[in-house]
Amino acid sequence: MASTAVEKIISDKVGKSVTAGEFVECPVDFAYCHDGTGVLVIDALKRMGVDRIKDPDSFSIVFDHSVPPYSDQAATLQARVRRFAREQGLKKFHDMGEGICHQVVPEKGYVAPGMVVFGADSHTCTLGSFGLFSTGVGATDLAFILATGKTWMKVPETLRVECNGVLSEAVSSKDLVLEITRIIGTDGATYKALEFAGEAVREMSQSSRMTMSNMAVEMGAKTGFIEADEKTVAFLGRDGKRFSSDPGAIRERIEVDAGSLEPCVACPGSVANVKPLREVEGVHVDQAFLGSCTNGRYEDLYEAARILRGRKVHEDTRMIVVPASKAVHMKAQRDGLLDIFLEAGAMVGVTGCGPCLGVHMGVIGENEVAVSTSNRNFVGRMGARSSSVYLASPQTVAASAVEGKLTDPRRFLR
Amino acid sequence: MIRGRVWKFGNDIDTDVIIPAKYLRSVDQSVWPKHVLEGVDPEFSSKVKPGDIIVAGKNFGCGSSREQAALAIKWAGVAAVVAETFARIFFRNAINNGLPLIEAKGISGMVEEGDVIEIDLDSGLVKTPRGEVKSAPLPPFLQDILRSGGLVEYYKAHVKRDQK
Repeated sequence: MASTAVEKIISDKVGKSVTAGEFVECPVDFAYCHDGTGVLVIDALKRMGVDRIKDPDSFSIVFDHSVPPYSDQAATLQARVRRFAREQGLKKFHDMGEGICHQVVPEKGYVAPGMVVFGADSHTCTLGSFGLFSTGVGATDLAFILATGKTWMKVPETLRVECNGVLSEAVSSKDLVLEITRIIGTDGATYKALEFAGEAVREMSQSSRMTMSNMAVEMGAKTGFIEADEKTVAFLGRDGKRFSSDPGAIRERIEVDAGSLEPCVACPGSVANVKPLREVEGVHVDQAFLGSCTNGRYEDLYEAARILRGRKVHEDTRMIVVPASKAVHMKAQRDGLLDIFLEAGAMVGVTGCGPCLGVHMGVIGENEVAVSTSNRNFVGRMGARSSSVYLASPQTVAASAVEGKLTDPRRFLR
Repeated sequence: MIRGRVWKFGNDIDTDVIIPAKYLRSVDQSVWPKHVLEGVDPEFSSKVKPGDIIVAGKNFGCGSSREQAALAIKWAGVAAVVAETFARIFFRNAINNGLPLIEAKGISGMVEEGDVIEIDLDSGLVKTPRGEVKSAPLPPFLQDILRSGGLVEYYKAHVKRDQK
């Protein structure tokens, strides 16, 4: 029988052929959480009476959310998680300064194609870009996985997004996934697996693919699957079991013309409120943020630096750059990208989630406007309830920082 | 049977408005219900009474996996959440923490704020002053988790016992 890639991964794991809609108890190959959700994971384990987790070598904790801690309470809670990591003898514990969990876990090669991965963070779907099944859950679910090595789930149907053509210059995979979010909506993929495919996806880098899969949850999806290839293996430093969907297994499919796509932004309030950038050009921007698990990788910094080189951030705008990992930070430093940002007047912050979730390192004030490479523009997400966030590509964020208003990056690349 | 007064919300109520991130890193967990749904209605936590029911549109609980969203609602005394649809992580978090929820298509158009409605989790029936909405009940093992009071209690009662 024809099966989707995600059905094949789960079938391989549970040891029998499963199809979409079935509830299964599924073994989990790898699990992770961060300093934020880690606190509640430990609470749940304690209440469950679990002293030793089942497989400490298949579990990672990465401190990224409150890094460095912004309050005494945040530091106190982190100390609790750190103590737990030591007690459990976790070899894959990464204290603050290493990066964002969704970046660090694949960078370290903890996962491989064909695996089933669960993380206590909604953007765990990012790892679907490595040809594996990954999804986000809450802390209690993760504690159950740590105690038993498995969890329940409903095998998802797959909605395949065929991305035809190749992205043009200054149009990134962020623009592409925003366009897809516009089409699918904030809940159009609920309980489904998204599968990104087509020439544009095959041609793009592994980092760009991670940006696509990262946004799957913003459409309600469980994961954002992308078939593994040599780029995947090069990023991870390892291969695994490669699965792909049989043509007859996909019952729902949409097509997107990536070749004719132009830069776009998600306007405030909803990630699906996506418009061509030209329709909102000129909106004043108080803060430009380049970073996050969506767009804080080396190529994102590189594309932004191409625009910022020899230019200045507008005097009415502040720009914050936060690399997604220490490895990204170090490479950007070696290659001179950080000099370009600093000379342009941008600030470069400590690796981690940065201002994405509106608690530190660039919280925006009443009625202020941010343009951000992150993934959420909900009401009050980055600060005051009256503030607003436009989600955009690294190129658009850089161009907008220079002009102090939403600006089409193609103006700078002619 | 759950019977309670309705507080009504719209579509796409995300976990950032249910409990803004600035309250998450708190050693004192009792702060969460004090800020529940603050991003939509800053007065909500002072208005909601134990036993009340939240009725919402589609995609309730979308966004972050923060379990504090389900906990804030539960600890504010909300007896159940009825929505057109739920985002999947919130759905799991609610069940895992013993917060009853039910997906009832068409519910938004049938209730007004302040109505008293009745929910039967076993049958999936929701009774409103303007008629009934029948929805699929939760699968039996999810009802078991809910009845146990959440996944931690379920683990202690079932999984841990079996391991011994």
